[in-house]
Amino acid sequence: MKQTQIIMGTPVIIEIINKEAKQKFFDEVFNYFKYVDEKFSTYKENSEITAINNKKIKEENMSKDMQLIFKLSEETKKLTNGYFDIITPKGKYDPSGIVKGWSIFNASKILKNYGIKNFCIEAGGDIETFGKNEKKEIWCIGIQNPFSEKREVIKKVYLSGKGIATSGSYVRGRHIYNPKDKYDNLEDIVSLTIIGPNIFEADRYATAIYAMGQKGISFIEKLDGFEGYFIDKNGIATMTKGFNNYIKK
Amino acid sequence: MKKIILSFSLIFTFTAYTLYVRILGANTSVVLTPEPNKLKAPLNLTQYNKTIVKPKSTSFPSSKLISNSNSTPIPITMPNTISSSVINTDKYKNGSYTGSIVDAYYGNVQVLAVVSNGKITDVQFLNYPKSRQTSVNINTRAMPYLISEAITIQDSNVDTVSGASFTSAAFRKSLEMALFQARI
Repeated sequence: MKQTQIIMGTPVIIEIINKEAKQKFFDEVFNYFKYVDEKFSTYKENSEITAINNKKIKEENMSKDMQLIFKLSEETKKLTNGYFDIITPKGKYDPSGIVKGWSIFNASKILKNYGIKNFCIEAGGDIETFGKNEKKEIWCIGIQNPFSEKREVIKKVYLSGKGIATSGSYVRGRHIYNPKDKYDNLEDIVSLTIIGPNIFEADRYATAIYAMGQKGISFIEKLDGFEGYFIDKNGIATMTKGFNNYIKK
Repeated sequence: MKKIILSFSLIFTFTAYTLYVRILGANTSVVLTPEPNKLKAPLNLTQYNKTIVKPKSTSFPSSKLISNSNSTPIPITMPNTISSSVINTDKYKNGSYTGSIVDAYYGNVQVLAVVSNGKITDVQFLNYPKSRQTSVNINTRAMPYLISEAITIQDSNVDTVSGASFTSAAFRKSLEMALFQARI
């Protein structure tokens, strides 16, 4: 059973195998994403993050989830040598580079707590899978062709109990900047996909490593438990050594 | 008579050995050339289609035939009879092929070539010089130790697709960034 809703300005897709699916699971997970959107969207006038950016809420009065996101962002900044930063060039907070992965991770936890063993949650191209699909096969995830606006797959990976996130600059221009150099063009890499132990980890590293440009490849190669697939502007993909483990069923 | 036969056979053996060493020497001396700069280019699929040799024969270090299409390929001299049976630049049989271990002066090099649909789809380094500090320095600079491939469109028979999300929000953000930069 598969259901889709547009939340956080992006399609959120939940698939639970028929045997385990109940409507209340879908409702609860979609409601959780709506809660996250209301709190963390910088495009919503009434969100907590907007209130913080407008100095209407002091940092010490932030909600627990907001405090956690700030803490995790700080941690990510350290882990990536400063290549991850929720402070925008305008000096505002924008935690969207970490919130999506974090919310999928929590949504996944909701389903696991119900004892569901086979599901896939996706929000805007970031995915976490668990168990197997309806055909009792390991979930097969395609990597989007960065040179096409159509849904075209250029690589398939098989994932269970892992997270996969893709960052890129294609189709409509870049949406990630290098916090260390605002004028860095980040031209060479047009798309990078990170597989990590869960979607929270995959997503936050995908954002930071994209900002590193070419250097990101060796960074992820050295990072235990992570694999990467980088596509440059010429259509040449470079993958980390362990990436091959995910291309077989 | 015995002495004549013995000395003739000795001379013959010596000559044969010299010839053997020369042929082998000519081959290996080329292969042994480290030429680290030739390996600097990314492992681009198109250049491998032209230069990789099917590692069928085990006696020849065929896996070393890596070159940059933009520069002159490493010259390889092989006895004609063998090269014609080993080199086949048009079509390949499907499967994974491990090249033989080749001494590249600073250490050994070994590659694995994967062929599907008659084309080389992947080349991996199974082994590369890393024992000495000099080798490591040369290699981090010269040899792309990660696997590269040209992307190709696959069938879309997947459960879902991972891609960068470009929602209206992201578009707005991008525009914001552009305007931020345009301002200065």
